Amino acid sequence: MATVRLSFSPAPVHVRTARLVGVAVARRAGVREGLLDEVRLAIGEACTRAVALHRQYGVAEPVLVEMNDSGAYTVRVVDRAPIEASIGLTALAPDELAQESLSEDALTTGVGFALLAGFVEDLQVRPVDEGIGTEVRMVWPVGR
Amino acid sequence: MELSLATRTVGEHTVLEVGGEVDVYTAPRLRERLLELIDGGARHVVVDLGRVDFLDSTGLGVLVGALKRLRTAGGSFALVCDKEPLLKIFRITALDQVFPLHPTVDAAVGADPAGAGA
Repeated sequence: MATVRLSFSPAPVHVRTARLVGVAVARRAGVREGLLDEVRLAIGEACTRAVALHRQYGVAEPVLVEMNDSGAYTVRVVDRAPIEASIGLTALAPDELAQESLSEDALTTGVGFALLAGFVEDLQVRPVDEGIGTEVRMVWPVGR
Repeated sequence: MELSLATRTVGEHTVLEVGGEVDVYTAPRLRERLLELIDGGARHVVVDLGRVDFLDSTGLGVLVGALKRLRTAGGSFALVCDKEPLLKIFRITALDQVFPLHPTVDAAVGADPAGAGA
């Protein structure tokens, strides 16, 4: 079992680093090549969401990304924002997407969730076990 | 790869060629450039995603923002994209039903009634 943990200040510039590390560990873990684009996108979306929540609520604590390759490739992205902020994520219907009244932030959140749900078969969004925050847990099969 | 942005004109259309990664860090630069173009009078905008190798929800949000702005101004907005990984992103988010998507710039320009024959 190998675990790689990365924690980063909640700034957009670090999301790319998290994507690069997440894909490097996935490749090393044996996730098949055809899935790596989806791994990259999903880790990016989960981290983008966490950074947005930290900034929205003025949370300076770092965002945590934990990668584990025991059995399958599991990635946890943990934020420390108030829990009610994270509940009620829904994908938007096509006719809602281009509505004038929908703000760019709301659209980005809805689209981000649609991407997570669309690209990650095994996805869980749940409160962290201890303290304040939410964990986005994503699992991909490894081809060994 | 960092974001790259280059603008050219094809008839009545302003073509913005985007390359590299469009994400939560770089999307504000794309938004700024699109606003500059629209505020500068561009009404028929084609964004060529041919050299984009990563696009996330933030980038999609910026593109929808530009679409709405141009629609309000009586203009047109289209995307050029022929890469399957990117097209899958548009399908999964249902944004393929929101944006006119074309495989080439010529197809995008030709398909726009406002710019046809220009």
